[in-house]
Amino acid sequence: MLDFPFWKKLMLWGITLAAVIAALPSLANSAGIDWPDELPDPMVNLGLDLAGGSHLLLEAEVEEVRSQQLENMEETVRREMRNAEPRIRIGDISTSGGQLSFILSEPGDIDRARGLLEPYIMGDGLNREWDLEVVDTQRMVLTPTETGIEARVDDAMESATEVVRRRIDDLGTREPTIIRQGDTRIVVQVPGLEDPDALKELLGQTAQLEFKLVDKDALPSNVQAGIAPPGSQIVPYAPGTGFEGQFEAVERLGGIRGDSLTNAQAGVDPQTNENVVDITFDAQGGARFAKLSTENVGERFAIILDGEVISAPYFRERILGGRAQISGNFTAESANSLAISLRSGALPVPLTVIEERTVGPDLGADSIRRGMIAMLIGSIAVIALMIATYGRFGVYATIALVFNVAMLLGIMAILNTTLTLPGIAGFVLTIGAAVDANVLINERIREERKRGRKVVTAVETGYKEASRAIYDANITNFISAVLLGLFGSGPIRGFAVVLILGLFTSVFTALPLTRMWVAGWLRKARPADINI
Amino acid sequence: MKLLKLVPADTNIKFLRLRVPFFVVSLLLIAASWALVFVNGLNLGVDFAGGQEIQATFTQSDEAPVPELRESIAAVEGVGDPVVQRFGEANQVSIRVKLPPEAEGNPAFADELTKRITTALEAGYDDIQIDAVNSVSGKVSGEFRQDAILALLAAMVAVALYIWIRFEWQFGAGALFALFHDVSLTLGLFALFQLEFSLQIIAAILAIIGYSLNDTIVVFDRIRENLKKYRKMGIVEVLDLSMNETLARTVMTSLTLLVALLPLLLFGPASLFGLVAAITFGLFVGTYSSVYLASPVLIWLGVDSNSFVPRESEADRQEKIARGEA
Repeated sequence: MLDFPFWKKLMLWGITLAAVIAALPSLANSAGIDWPDELPDPMVNLGLDLAGGSHLLLEAEVEEVRSQQLENMEETVRREMRNAEPRIRIGDISTSGGQLSFILSEPGDIDRARGLLEPYIMGDGLNREWDLEVVDTQRMVLTPTETGIEARVDDAMESATEVVRRRIDDLGTREPTIIRQGDTRIVVQVPGLEDPDALKELLGQTAQLEFKLVDKDALPSNVQAGIAPPGSQIVPYAPGTGFEGQFEAVERLGGIRGDSLTNAQAGVDPQTNENVVDITFDAQGGARFAKLSTENVGERFAIILDGEVISAPYFRERILGGRAQISGNFTAESANSLAISLRSGALPVPLTVIEERTVGPDLGADSIRRGMIAMLIGSIAVIALMIATYGRFGVYATIALVFNVAMLLGIMAILNTTLTLPGIAGFVLTIGAAVDANVLINERIREERKRGRKVVTAVETGYKEASRAIYDANITNFISAVLLGLFGSGPIRGFAVVLILGLFTSVFTALPLTRMWVAGWLRKARPADINI
Repeated sequence: MKLLKLVPADTNIKFLRLRVPFFVVSLLLIAASWALVFVNGLNLGVDFAGGQEIQATFTQSDEAPVPELRESIAAVEGVGDPVVQRFGEANQVSIRVKLPPEAEGNPAFADELTKRITTALEAGYDDIQIDAVNSVSGKVSGEFRQDAILALLAAMVAVALYIWIRFEWQFGAGALFALFHDVSLTLGLFALFQLEFSLQIIAAILAIIGYSLNDTIVVFDRIRENLKKYRKMGIVEVLDLSMNETLARTVMTSLTLLVALLPLLLFGPASLFGLVAAITFGLFVGTYSSVYLASPVLIWLGVDSNSFVPRESEADRQEKIARGEA
């Protein structure tokens, strides 16, 4: 074992120094020293619990996707049947029970109707998105298939993630992380955020903007009682509009959705001095808006945001340029927030914050400081104990310990992992585990010396016999740490990552590295006895 | 230089003489722990129960107005019985609010409640600085509960399997029993003192599992070695010898870990206290269980000096019989 060929030494030192050098940028950074830009700078990221920031877990309300899918299909069916040559008459349309069903006035139209709907039923052409059934010879029932719903949800989540990203970018925060998680969730992590409430408000706003005609034939008493005339729906006023608790009856179909906007800006109306949001439609939306306003000059329409009326003005004239102004008792902040939401597009599905973890920057800095102090005191105590117990061998163990911590930091930097608050506890446990390997070896050497073995044989046997238990212990530790990593999220995963990487660096520094040093010393000094 | 010897050389402690009483006491402690868990219940933190945990500092005050704060938060609509405690410095508090029943099936409620509480705090106190907000809806906390139980079970079974493969099945069983003891007692401690049981504690328990096993493996490894070496020695003597031989290491490792953990417990961040306290507790029960639980199980499960002799295969035996050797 005293034989360490040159290539082996080179390799061991190479690995050690590479990992230690990788730790330097992080160490320099925490000491407040500027790292030169020309050099590569792998960094250990600080978790939100140390750096401060917000972690939000958002969940999509999938039900909304289903009902929207049905609503879209209803419009499609009405349009296709109306435009058919000759027109197909239908009636008794209902979207209850997650199905769309309607009656054809002429049972003979079944095949024509089926042919018109076929392209929509097939969706992307690979998987059927709807099942079409004919009941009692003239009722058609459309049911979305599971794969169809999944595809819709997937599309919705894909674009929701994109919308969330745009909104957060618009907020001007630095380095946000936005990741889709599972089927219906999005994780948002924003470091160093001053005002998490503003962020939540922005993400909570679906920003589904709709323009619908007010049903002028509805009886006001019925509307306030929540009774909708046929073809209309009752929509409440949004809080803060000055009409809370009141309702409008609007025509269900034939409105315009606000998803065809090219721009939205908060502004102030020069005439009324009101906070408003100026919106610009794209060409298609502009044309539809022009048509709607032309046909309904003098009529009232409701501006509906996320299912609540924000105002219900009159079409005073035709609106042709594709520009419009939304007013609704806004404050400067709420107008700006709405403008951002509209600019970034509507969320295709409402999102709910189901988990929030926010840490202020002061608390994080305090945690780092306390963690570092504790680690320093602990390390000094461990080092003193090791040297007092094992003398020269304790010194080797100490040097191994210092390399261990530095290498662990370096490897974390190379792998770009995140150090969290529990991760600091992981460092302390790693120090303990690393020491255990050296304790096992040194105790074994003691024993072998006691049994009368020569120095070299005792050291050799000590390393050999102790390695078995060291490997077994570290492998089982590895198993439980991996399970922890799989189960845990955020900070807990950070703990597991430190434990796992720490197992590797501990075994590396405790076994081959100290053995190389001990071997070098034994070869040079050839001691007849060792103090251990 | 005279080196420190924590454990004198050549100890000959008859550890296993007291194996039955210790075992009985351990079984009683396990039973008591589970009784506490079921009767008292664990004081589930927001991670597992859902709700809010808010940490705040009163920047202009020497001391946080805890009782007054408790009243003003209880007055917030939807808040049942808030737990307000000093946390860290005298002017820092932790506020914990459990989700009310009406939050059931409404994942958005937790966030709504968070907003109400922080608004009330900021309106009521000029110098309040909100340091941290943890808000967990019932849906997420339910998933955490399920995942935590799964992770603990999976970890125990996986490491027991590994030991079975590396040693013999009796060793796997012994290790598993020791782990069960450690996990039970840790849960019992949390139930007894009603300490907050959070995700961090699950991490601590998994670290305890790792540490306790570390100890068990060191002893097992020596038992295996001695069983092969001293084939004529009785099992009890082999176990005692192995434990005496590894005693110095056991004491030294436990002590260094303790020395590393104590500063973190005393001076570390307040939010790590539960995690570090649980691991420190586990250090003691883990060391104890390796000696007094994992090893006696080996005796009762019939481990002896033949356990590591390669068993002759059925084919070999038939062949011997055929040759008239057996």
